[in-house]
Amino acid sequence: MEKTLNWREFAITRLVRASGYSAIVFVTLIFFFLLREGLPTLTEVSVSNLLSLRWYPIEEHFGLLPLITGSIMVTLGATLVAVPLGIGTAVFIAEVAPRWAREILKPLVELLGGLPSVVLGFLGILLLSPFLRSFFNLPTGLTALAGALLLGGIAVPTVVSVAEDALDSVPRSYREGAWALGATRWQTIWRVTLPAASSGVLTAIMLGVGRAIGETMAVMMVTGNAPVLAVTPGSLFSPVRTMTATIAAEMGEVANGSVHYHTLFFIGMVLFVISLAVNLAASSVVFRAKQRAERVLS
Amino acid sequence: MKSLPRLLWLLILLPISFVSCTPSNSSSASSQKNSAYIENKGSDTIVNLALAWAEEYQNENPDVSISVTGGGSGTGIAALINGTVDIANASRQIKSEETDQAKAKGIDPVEHVIARDAIAVIVNPENPVSELTLQQVSDIYSGKIKNWQEVGGEDRPIVRLSRETNSGTHVYFLETVLRLGQKDSKTLFSMDTLLLPSSEGIIYEIRQNPNAIGYDGLGYVPKDLKMVALARDAAGPYVLPSAATVNDGSYPVARDLYMYTAGLPTGAVKTYLDWILSPTAQEIVTKLGFVPVK
Repeated sequence: MEKTLNWREFAITRLVRASGYSAIVFVTLIFFFLLREGLPTLTEVSVSNLLSLRWYPIEEHFGLLPLITGSIMVTLGATLVAVPLGIGTAVFIAEVAPRWAREILKPLVELLGGLPSVVLGFLGILLLSPFLRSFFNLPTGLTALAGALLLGGIAVPTVVSVAEDALDSVPRSYREGAWALGATRWQTIWRVTLPAASSGVLTAIMLGVGRAIGETMAVMMVTGNAPVLAVTPGSLFSPVRTMTATIAAEMGEVANGSVHYHTLFFIGMVLFVISLAVNLAASSVVFRAKQRAERVLS
Repeated sequence: MKSLPRLLWLLILLPISFVSCTPSNSSSASSQKNSAYIENKGSDTIVNLALAWAEEYQNENPDVSISVTGGGSGTGIAALINGTVDIANASRQIKSEETDQAKAKGIDPVEHVIARDAIAVIVNPENPVSELTLQQVSDIYSGKIKNWQEVGGEDRPIVRLSRETNSGTHVYFLETVLRLGQKDSKTLFSMDTLLLPSSEGIIYEIRQNPNAIGYDGLGYVPKDLKMVALARDAAGPYVLPSAATVNDGSYPVARDLYMYTAGLPTGAVKTYLDWILSPTAQEIVTKLGFVPVK
């Protein structure tokens, strides 16, 4: 009896460890693959071409700046939509809503998260972009703004779901302590519950941003895909082309091993580095906040 | 785990929604008991035509099964070079680099003209502009003309719509209209040209946006959009695209549509290509808004 238990213990720990390590191995492998396919770009395409303002690969124009700024513009916009809305909803579900409303809302939000982005992109083309065009009197509704709103909507369920779990796991005694000291409900949420769940809430934001920057289909359908440099706030109201849409639209057509092919992988590398930087920045913020909390408590 | 029932529901619902989304025309890739199987892939311009042909041909010859997929001319030719298809559909001629790649793999692509197509320039029905010269269209797309007023329309900004760069239609339009057929021309699409991934995207946008101009194969233009009559120069004549004007050569933006095979076709592929040039098959060409080869 004891022997089988030991054996089981042994197998399970090994399995858990293997699946843990495999995540690291896969990410490393993906990164090396990206490097192998993307790095040749630096020898094949001149740096001045990569930093130029025109992306027109079938005539050897490989300017990446319009694509990078396009992605950043759309992602920033989506974050501005998704974070307040997502955290607000999470706070409402976890702290304010009565139990029955909560039982309905949480699964609804999660169902929203399961909607395929193509469907949302279709709604974007049919409803959102015509609306934006007439509302802001724009030449066309297929703009960075349409992409940002749609992506914000796509990221909200992720943010809500994770942030709500984090808020939910804050011990009840924290809130009771705050109430006992005479804090209002708002003060309790803003000064006690949210800070206590800060690392989980930040993870929620990061996952939301990650979902936004990596999203492809919906963005490709509504942003117009014009590779124009997007640096002024006014660019929000003009068409942009994102890195993901570029890869998705062009990867199917390129000849394996061509300059264009390598450049698309190079874009993938840039995307990878950007999301890595965002994640590192976020976890360092969480780390510092934790250190401060420990200092205060000790 | 309180979330388990929810997850279960999702697991049950997801496959159902997938099944109901499967397009009905995928039945053309039917069972394996047939004696001949033809894989056909490429241009999105040709895909509807190729599907209609495949369906009709399979009705007449139940022992042959034909699978048709789109993806773009470049995709089809790449697949032919990689040896994964029997016939590649292309709305442009094969490029010399592609021929070189094919030769390197021991494949000799053979060209077959299977139909003709006109590229229609389309605008919103509210737009009063109804005729343009090729030079004007070129200037609109290269960004020299920015307002509809400059070509006799209302005071509205011009929103330029184009297919993505992997589309054969895009390349053809660049060479024939933007560069007016001049080989040494370096004219490019204006940077703020919207590159939409599908014909449908262009049609949706033009249908609701009076600022927009776009182009698409004649067979894809729905009746509620307005086609612009084109002229080679200002002296005219301004011609609307149709089967008649394409065949007498008066409409200036028309092209051949191609199928490519690896080497000269043999067996079932040869019989199929011969059938495509028969009157029955070419009738389908007319029905779908393309122009038959004589």
